This record gives sequence, structure tokens and C-alpha cells, in this order.
Amino acid sequence: MTANCLPTDTLSQLPPMEAGAGRCIAATIVFLAIIMLAGCGESGQEEAGDEALAAADIDVPDTLLREHPVTGEKLARKQVLVRGNASEPASLDPHLVEDTVGGAIVVDLFEGLTRSGPDGDTEPALARSWSASDNNLTWTFRLREDGRWSDGSTVTAHDFVYGWQRAVDPQVGSNYAYYIESAGVKNAAKIIAGEKAPETLGVRAVDDFTFEVSLSEPITYLPDMTVHYTMFPAPREAIETHGTDWTKPGHMVSNGAFQLDTWHLGEKLVAARNPHYRDNEATIIDRVVYLPIESSSAELQRYASGELHMTSTVPVSQMARLKKERPDELVMAPSIATYMYAFNVQRPPFDDVRVRRALTYAIDRNVIVNYITRGNQMPAYTLTPPYVSGFDFRQPEYATWSQTRRDEEARRELEKAGYNEDNPLEFELLYNTDESHKALAIVVSQMWKEKLGARVTISNLEWKTFLSEKQAGNYGMARFGWKGDYNEASTFLTLLTGDSGNNDGGWSNSEYDQLLKEARSSGDPNAYYARAEDILWQEFPVLPVYFNTTVALVSPVLRGYPKENPRNIIYSKDMYITAD
Amino acid sequence: MFSFIIRRLAVAVPTILALITVSFVLMHAAPGGPFTNERNVPEAVMENIEAKYNLDKPLWQQYFIYVGNVAQGDLGPSFRYKDFTVNELIESSFPRSAYIGAWSFLFVVVFGVGLGIIAALKQNRWPDYTVMTAAMTGVVFPNFVMAPLLVLLFAVTLRWLPAGGWEGGQVEYIVLPIIAMATSYIAQVARITRSSMIETMRSPFIRTARAKGIPRHKIVLRHALKPSLIPVVSYLGPAFVGIITGSVIIDQVFSTGGIGQHFVNGAINRDYSLILGVTILVGVLTIIFNAAVDILYTWLDPRVRY
Repeated sequence: MTANCLPTDTLSQLPPMEAGAGRCIAATIVFLAIIMLAGCGESGQEEAGDEALAAADIDVPDTLLREHPVTGEKLARKQVLVRGNASEPASLDPHLVEDTVGGAIVVDLFEGLTRSGPDGDTEPALARSWSASDNNLTWTFRLREDGRWSDGSTVTAHDFVYGWQRAVDPQVGSNYAYYIESAGVKNAAKIIAGEKAPETLGVRAVDDFTFEVSLSEPITYLPDMTVHYTMFPAPREAIETHGTDWTKPGHMVSNGAFQLDTWHLGEKLVAARNPHYRDNEATIIDRVVYLPIESSSAELQRYASGELHMTSTVPVSQMARLKKERPDELVMAPSIATYMYAFNVQRPPFDDVRVRRALTYAIDRNVIVNYITRGNQMPAYTLTPPYVSGFDFRQPEYATWSQTRRDEEARRELEKAGYNEDNPLEFELLYNTDESHKALAIVVSQMWKEKLGARVTISNLEWKTFLSEKQAGNYGMARFGWKGDYNEASTFLTLLTGDSGNNDGGWSNSEYDQLLKEARSSGDPNAYYARAEDILWQEFPVLPVYFNTTVALVSPVLRGYPKENPRNIIYSKDMYITAD
Repeated sequence: MFSFIIRRLAVAVPTILALITVSFVLMHAAPGGPFTNERNVPEAVMENIEAKYNLDKPLWQQYFIYVGNVAQGDLGPSFRYKDFTVNELIESSFPRSAYIGAWSFLFVVVFGVGLGIIAALKQNRWPDYTVMTAAMTGVVFPNFVMAPLLVLLFAVTLRWLPAGGWEGGQVEYIVLPIIAMATSYIAQVARITRSSMIETMRSPFIRTARAKGIPRHKIVLRHALKPSLIPVVSYLGPAFVGIITGSVIIDQVFSTGGIGQHFVNGAINRDYSLILGVTILVGVLTIIFNAAVDILYTWLDPRVRY
């Protein structure tokens, strides 16, 4: 657009600026200025950014440095731990949090009856000891008397009663309400269904330091389940004063080694030492900074620039390079998580067990873990990972065969099922959009194509769409991953019971269900689990691919990282930063 | 002018309402919901959660509850970030994006227009080729390439600047986000300014001015600049809204805690209230700045009157 129709005689004089337009420009400038000043104003209120650069410590003479009370290592002057934490938590309320990233923060802020030890076994935390009645229906936890909330008040059995009641209260709307129900706590199911009041839950404070749980169905592994944040105590006073705002900095009262300090969504969450914590003297870290970095490559860059002590993950594409360049910093911890493909057994061709068996046999898991996932994953031929505490891990027979033999058996099975060159097996493999899932889907479909002549269509769907299709059973074969909620085999095996909400492939077996029901209260659940797994090895409701690991980069100065904890529960209070 | 503003306001309300309606329907039509999770919870538990967020009510009822709340300035609770309301999320993240955006915008105007003019005046000579090559590079370098490259160079390799964070918007933390944000816009603006300037310089009134012997710098600054800016302003109006509402790339790469992340995450997480909240925000800003652009035209082009 040009203004070439203007009369030439006006050219030597600019048309005077219109008053209105002038005001508009002025307004825009003022607006810009306000935004910029507002930003400056914000900076005035905040602390200088020493946390983000905490990994770079100032040089202090060695003689002035504190030593670690147990190991004698020289400690860094600044004990500010910076953790990569993948994304923002759904909540910091122990009874609303539902994700790994939230759990990572909540176990630092709060403390439950028990905790997960360095090797993943259950250890006492606030509970000194516990015992069960003869029939395993009543459990009594005796609490330590030195547990303190961050406001200085004592943690009592009443706080646990309140916490557990909140978890099942329909008004609170906890995703994990079913966790209390699955433990068999009396009345839990009826409270969730709105038929009874939360106060009727089978928990009771016998006295200030004795917490009693009454079950309607016996269970032997309740203490293992109490490691989970859903069974943490809750600070009644803070919650009743602030309502849903109680998890905000300044309002939150917590009983863990740390308390909430600041929280800027998408930037960082800072937890500071809780001076009232019972074991405060043994805690070395002063502040913990959690960075919600969603992109694993961005996280890697921040680690590489020295701004992070530990990452939450490592991009698969960088594994080979990091194994070479930073072998000492790369941690590949076993995890109680299984990567699988689920069969929809109600749909052909997967209604035929021979097809399911053939496909399970024909994938070469060693190729997958060595060349695709590359994070020390372990080939999986069965559902429950070997790292599960107290679990008597066995492998099905086909695990011992050579891959050539598996392939031969697979071809034979498929032929018996009526598939051959003229009538090839055809199906669709569904996964959620993600580079690593895609790589795996391509490889397994190629294996099936080469070995069995199967025509596999692989298709991906966006996460929520994938979930809703999968949960509605609209699939033939779908990617399926499971990470244990607690360190006991039932967290895996109950996935496939008839009433499990996650068993969307439609497989059910009454004997299997009965075995798991009996295992709950049995003194020797492994005998039942073995028979249950035997059934899975005959029926192949899911196709196990590998047992997962948690891969992370951990700075050489950070010590105490639980490299052997298969639950990947990392308590900041167990770690410390050394000077070199 | 006054009646123009009144007219714009009168159109704005139904526009926003239409925006809410379309977004609301589209959001709810997407498969899955805010509480669809890999861990499928029992029905009774899901019912309690949905009741807490009014999702158990018929859709039309949810719509009217939502619109009623919006009319009172309440954008509702976030479904994904359960500890926050959408108002809180916007209040904490928008100022950051706007801050980065305002600085970026300043650079976009100064450098974009400046370089565009230089290129136009030295058309088909080396300054023009340099600027245009740089501009083409800027255009084809999207910020999801630019941002990680900047981090790699300045944070990981040279260690001059931090790789991410906000820390109250200190200079060292916002330099890279501003550069990553501004580059492609500067390139666009330079290109638009150049072509528009070239066109203006060829028009009869400039030729007349030259014939009258007016010095070249006066011709450029006093006569050619204003009409040349019209297409630039048309571009910058909507671009301004885009710049100050941030970018998911910037927020993800630099952990700035801006509002950009909420556009993408809100949709991925089916956080109905959050995605509607940010949509309304962008809608309102777009209406405001489109009106501002229209008002600017009256100054740039005397033929335009309202």
C-alpha cells in the first residue's frame, strides 16, 4: 500500500499527528514500559539467583570445609541440591499427588510410617515397629514420639487417621483412593462409593502414638504399602485453615526433612530444611531445588552446563555418547517396571492363544535391550520383575531356549493356528506417540514380519487418545507399561485379575483370581504367585518385552544417590554434596 | 474515535463468547479427559473426582456454569495443576512471558525496521544481500532449533550465561530467551519493511520530493517511512500478541515459567479450564491490539478515518 495519491504540495509539510493516534502510541509505549517495569519489580522481591548455579561452588580452603560425620568426606560449603524433575506435579497434597514427579517432592516434604531403603526394602520411618494380629486383620503401628510437623507440633496417630480418611473421602477426590481400598482397609470401598462417612474408615488412634488399622480382608504386606504417600499423615489444622490453598508456600505444614519454600510453576520449586524434623541433625542438604524440565535434551544441556546435580532421565538418542563420555555419571538403576504389549484377547487373531504364544516367542529381546533401549534393561519373559522385594523370581521354559528354537516354535504355533504364506497373520500394533515407543514398535513388527511373515500395521495416537482407546478396549495389540505402586509382587500380578481396572484386554481366569486372593493373607505368597505366573505362561495375556531401568546422570560431587533402589524413590535427606 | 472504540467493544463481547463456545466444544470433543490416566482407577473413584470438578453434570450445564464464572472473572480450577486456579496460573506466568516479549518486541521493531530500511536503500548491493541472507536464515531457523543452539553455545560450551531459569528476570537469565524469541520476528519484519520501503521509494510522491531537491535522509525519514510502515504494523499487531504470550519452546528450553507452556500442556493434558483460560486471554489481547493497529493506521495513512 502506498500513499502516491497525496497532493505534492503537502509533501514539504508533514501532516500534523492526530491527537488520538498520538495518545495511542503513547499508550502502547506506556504499556510496554509497565510490562518491563513490572518484571523489574518482581526481581526486587526475589532472592538473588544463587540456587540455579548452586552446582558451581565458590573455592574455600580445604581446612575450613565441614566433614561428613560418617564417611569423613569433605563437604561442599553450599549444600543446595538441584534435581531435574521432568515436569510439574499434579499436586503437593500427599493425598492428591498421583505422579512420579509429585511423589519425588512429597517424600522429601512428608514422612510416613515406613520408607524405602537403599535396596528398596521397607524400613521403619515414623513407625518404630509394627505387628499384626494372628489373622492379619488388625495391624498396629507404634509411632516414634519425636516426629514433628514444621510448625513444631508433634506428629501423632491422629494425623495418620486424618490422612487416611482424607485419602478415601469423596470430597477430596483422590486418584489413589483405591490404594487404601486395595489394602483392604475396613469400609474403604463403601466410603469411596459415598455410602458411609470417611470417619467410619477402619483406622484408629489407640493413643497418641499407636495407630491401628482394621482390615476387612487380611493382608501380609501392609507395611510395604505404607511407603506410598497415599498412606502419609496430614496436618489437619493447616488444611482446615487454608482449604485447598494449604499446599502453597507459607501455608504448608509438613513433617519431612524439608519444607516448602517457593514454587514458581514451570521454573522451580524450592524446599528448605525443616528445623523441627526429628532427624534434622543428620540431614546435610540445606535446600533442594526441583526443576520441572520437560524436555530431556534441555535437561541434559542444563546438566552439561553444571546447573543440575542429577537428571530425571536421559534421552535415548544420547545413550551411546554418554556411555563413552560420562560413564561414571551415568546411573542405570533397576526399576520395578515392566514394558509390555497387551493383547486384546476378545478380538481375532488374539483370541487364539497359539497366536499370542507365537508372537511372544518370536521377538528377540536381547537385540531390543542391546541396540534399541540401551539402558541396561533386562529381557522380560514374565510379568513380575526380579527386583521385587521378597519375590521368588522364576523364568518360563522358553526363556532358556535359544532364539532360533523360539522362532521355530513360534512358526509351528502359528501354523497350527492356521496362518501361513497364503493366509498371513495381520494385525495392528498401537502405541502412544513417542520416539522410543516408535523405535521399539518398528523393530518388533519387523521381527514378526521376517520370522512369521506377519503383516503388522503400526499406528500411534496422541497420549490421551491412546489411553481412552486402550481403556475402552478398542485395540488388537497395544503398548502397555507398568510401574509397581509398592514393592510386592501383587502390584504386578493383580493387574490381570478379572476385576482390575487396568485389565482392558479382556483376559480373565477364575483360578488366577482365586490364587491372588488367597496369596493376600498367606504366610507364603510366593507359592501362590508361582502358580499364578504358571497360568500366565500358558495363557499369554500380555507380551513382556523388558524390565525397565531408571537412567539418570548424577554429578560426581553428589553422594548418597540410591543406585540400587528399584523403586526409584530418592530421598534428598540421604544425599550430600562433596567439595571435589 | 470514541464511537470507534464503542463499536469495537460491542463486537468484542460476542467474539469472545463465540471463542469460548468453539473452544469449549472442541476441547470436550477431544478423546480422553483431564483425568484419563495410565492407571485406570475404579469407577467409584473416578465419579468422585469428576463430581468434584462438575464434570458429572451434562455438558450444557457445565458450559453455563463456566461462562457464568468467567463473567465474574473466575476462570476455574486447573484440572492438571490441582493446587492452582487458572487465574493463579495466568497471574504467575503471563507477566514473565510479557516481560520477555516486551523486550523482544522492542528489538524486533528497532532491528527489524532498521535493517529493512538499510536493505531497501542499498537495494541489490552488499548490505541488502547481507541483511536478506541473514533474514532468510532467521526465518528458516525456527526457535526450537535456535533456542537449544543458543544454550549449547553460550551455556554449555562458553559458560557465559545460565542454560535456564528465571531468578526474578535478571539480565543473564533473559538474554537468551529474548534472542531466541526475537530472531525470527526480526527477520520477518526486515523482509516486510524492505519490500514495502522499496515500493514506497518508487512512488510518484517520492520522485517529486527528489525532484524538489530534498535531502535523501529527509525523504526517507519524513516521507517514505510512514507509508512504508503500514504493512509492518499490520504484521506487528497480531505478532505482538504472539510475542508477549510467550512460546512453549522458550518455556521448555529455558524453564522461564512463562505462559507459553500452558497452551500446549493444557491441550495435551485436557486441562479444559486452563486451555480455555489462555484462549480467552489471547482472544482479548488480540482484539485489543487489532484495535490499536487500526488506530495506528489513522496516523500512518491520512486517508484512513473512523
